[in-house]
Amino acid sequence: MCGIAGYHGGNFSPERAADALARMVAALRHRGPDAEGVLVRGDTGLAHTRLSIVGLADGAQPMETEDASLAVSFNGEIFNYVELRADLAARGHRFRTTSDTEVLLKAYEARGIDCLQDFNGDFAFALYDARNRTLLLARDRMGVRPLFYTEHEGALFFASEIKALLALPGMTAQIDPLALDQIFTLWCPIPPRTAYRGIHELPPGHMMLVRDGERTIRPWWQLSFPDRADVPSAGQTGEQAEELRALLSDATRIRLRADVPVGAYLSGGLDSSLIAALAARTVTHGLRTFSLTFRSEEHDESGWQRQMAATLDAETDSVECTTAAIAAGMPEVMRHIECPILRTAPVPLHLLAARVRERGMKVVLTGEGADEIFAGYDIFREARVRRFCGRQPLSARRPRLFQRLYPYLPGLHQQTPEYLARFFAFGAETLDDPLYSHRPRFRSTAATKLFFSAELKDTLGDYDAAADLAAQLPADFGRWHPLHQAQYLETAFLLPGYILSSQGDRVMMANAVEGRFPFLDHRVVAFAANLPPETKLQGLREKHILKEAARGLVPEAIIDRPKQPYRAPDSESFAAPGTPAYLDDVLSPARLAENGLFNGPAVGKLKEKVVKGQASGFRDNAAFIGILSTQLLGAAAPSTHRA
Amino acid sequence: MSDETRTAIRAFIVENFLFGDDSQPLAADLSLIDNDLIDSTGILELVGFLEERFAITITDADIVPANLDTIDRIAGFIARKQAA
Repeated sequence: MCGIAGYHGGNFSPERAADALARMVAALRHRGPDAEGVLVRGDTGLAHTRLSIVGLADGAQPMETEDASLAVSFNGEIFNYVELRADLAARGHRFRTTSDTEVLLKAYEARGIDCLQDFNGDFAFALYDARNRTLLLARDRMGVRPLFYTEHEGALFFASEIKALLALPGMTAQIDPLALDQIFTLWCPIPPRTAYRGIHELPPGHMMLVRDGERTIRPWWQLSFPDRADVPSAGQTGEQAEELRALLSDATRIRLRADVPVGAYLSGGLDSSLIAALAARTVTHGLRTFSLTFRSEEHDESGWQRQMAATLDAETDSVECTTAAIAAGMPEVMRHIECPILRTAPVPLHLLAARVRERGMKVVLTGEGADEIFAGYDIFREARVRRFCGRQPLSARRPRLFQRLYPYLPGLHQQTPEYLARFFAFGAETLDDPLYSHRPRFRSTAATKLFFSAELKDTLGDYDAAADLAAQLPADFGRWHPLHQAQYLETAFLLPGYILSSQGDRVMMANAVEGRFPFLDHRVVAFAANLPPETKLQGLREKHILKEAARGLVPEAIIDRPKQPYRAPDSESFAAPGTPAYLDDVLSPARLAENGLFNGPAVGKLKEKVVKGQASGFRDNAAFIGILSTQLLGAAAPSTHRA
Repeated sequence: MSDETRTAIRAFIVENFLFGDDSQPLAADLSLIDNDLIDSTGILELVGFLEERFAITITDADIVPANLDTIDRIAGFIARKQAA
């Protein structure tokens, strides 16, 4: 796990090239504090900051083949490198190191870009092929590892994080208005768009080939589901659960490959508990787990965490995350995640990764991804209830089901069926809408745009982020089962665009900690995608097959406990008397006017409400965190922020 | 239904749900839900305000869009409650 950067083209002098690479390396040092290196070949420069995990002594990068025909700067892991290496060695390839980086080089030498199909891993890399002067950029299937690029001074520059690109002379940070609209509607930008104008993201599962100034971007893998007509009906799940357990065991086993100890996050829920249980069967040094606790009952899961840790007999570490820590941590977290957020949830995860690092560890397994691929999120259940109600719009009884979906939202419990029906907008006329499952979320989130400035609203005109999203869905999307459509929206967009980035790579790598996600092994993802919908969401019982697969490994009480989504205190973290000192400055009328993105007087009233502890609804919370996080990004680039 | 009632309701909505932004006209027959002015928490805030400001008691059965989804409907609802 590391930071990568580089450029291609541009005819730079050796001094200019060295300066650009050095600046980018400096900006990425937190991702790879163990070593760094640069390499220039022709019109291509590669840079690398290294976090040593595999091949500690001989894995320095950028790495070249013996004949210097190929050079690579590689971030991440190819977990099946052991098998790939054996296979390549059997075919006559010779290896000088024990690293997975060399396996990447040899695999490319043997198969060209088709080698990507053989990789089981989380990676982003830049490979320069001097034989035909081609640069290949590639990113893993699910979007675990980041890769950004921009056109600057006649060259293509790329890096693991945006800050490395902004470190180049002459680059300016400007918020992209359309990205802001997307985030304040969809919770994340639609790739390749990022929060910054002119800076793009290589989408998950995509590669870019650059040759003779010609740039081609194309997918090398795509998440797909079977046609609805081809989905088998749900039968006995016993055999499937066994198959899933075997797959997950192997996905976990190969993710324990490292020359340093591997720990695990333990939230107290099913997903991380199962992964920790599978890991504990393999780890010989004793598994160390890391958990977050909160003082507020609605967020805290420490009882469940203790129960699972006792089952594992694991050494545990808990970080209590207070509202004060959330408020204090926001500016630093924003510096790392480089994208506006609508929730504070990344902040506690930043603190948790810091604890991992304090304990001298570099790698943790987590349960991330299970809720997407096995339909664990409430949004899947909500969409099913909405469809159920939509078929009988006049039923007074059916809307009561919504209250069962959200036992942790007391506001909803006090609503009458008439209001529930209106809020969840299940009119039968929308059943064919490709975004049906997500409409209420998009709509309630977009209400936060009330706080956009008149100038920003003018710039956006009638731009519709949801329509933009709908236009980018795969051609066969309409033929998928509604649950699979909803799963696609979560897995292809929100997972890489927010969960794996703002709650994942960026806050972990800020502390030089690598997260590994067995549920996102592509074999597990493909297995889950091809399961009958009822096997995943049985009635309103989420992750049915996963629960079956977990029996015997995870206590029954944890398997059958009500799902508690990971959330952290949002605007209440900023209420008096704990209001952080920076708030007045960041949300001052002058700073708001300077950035030009938000309506100053309205934000002032919202801030007042927050400080008094009176901001309780979804919109107020999301808007406040969204505005604050955007303004904090602006703080990193004052006076160049105007849309 | 007095204009005063409508003015008070409008002022509450502008202040609490529009954060003082009165640049757009808030018509008396504009749906608060369909225009995303109010969410599930907002309804409860609105009910709390009406009970306090107009000295009425609102039961669970009263909390329906037919009574509360526009300024006109809210004003009519209050008048009925006060007359009862």
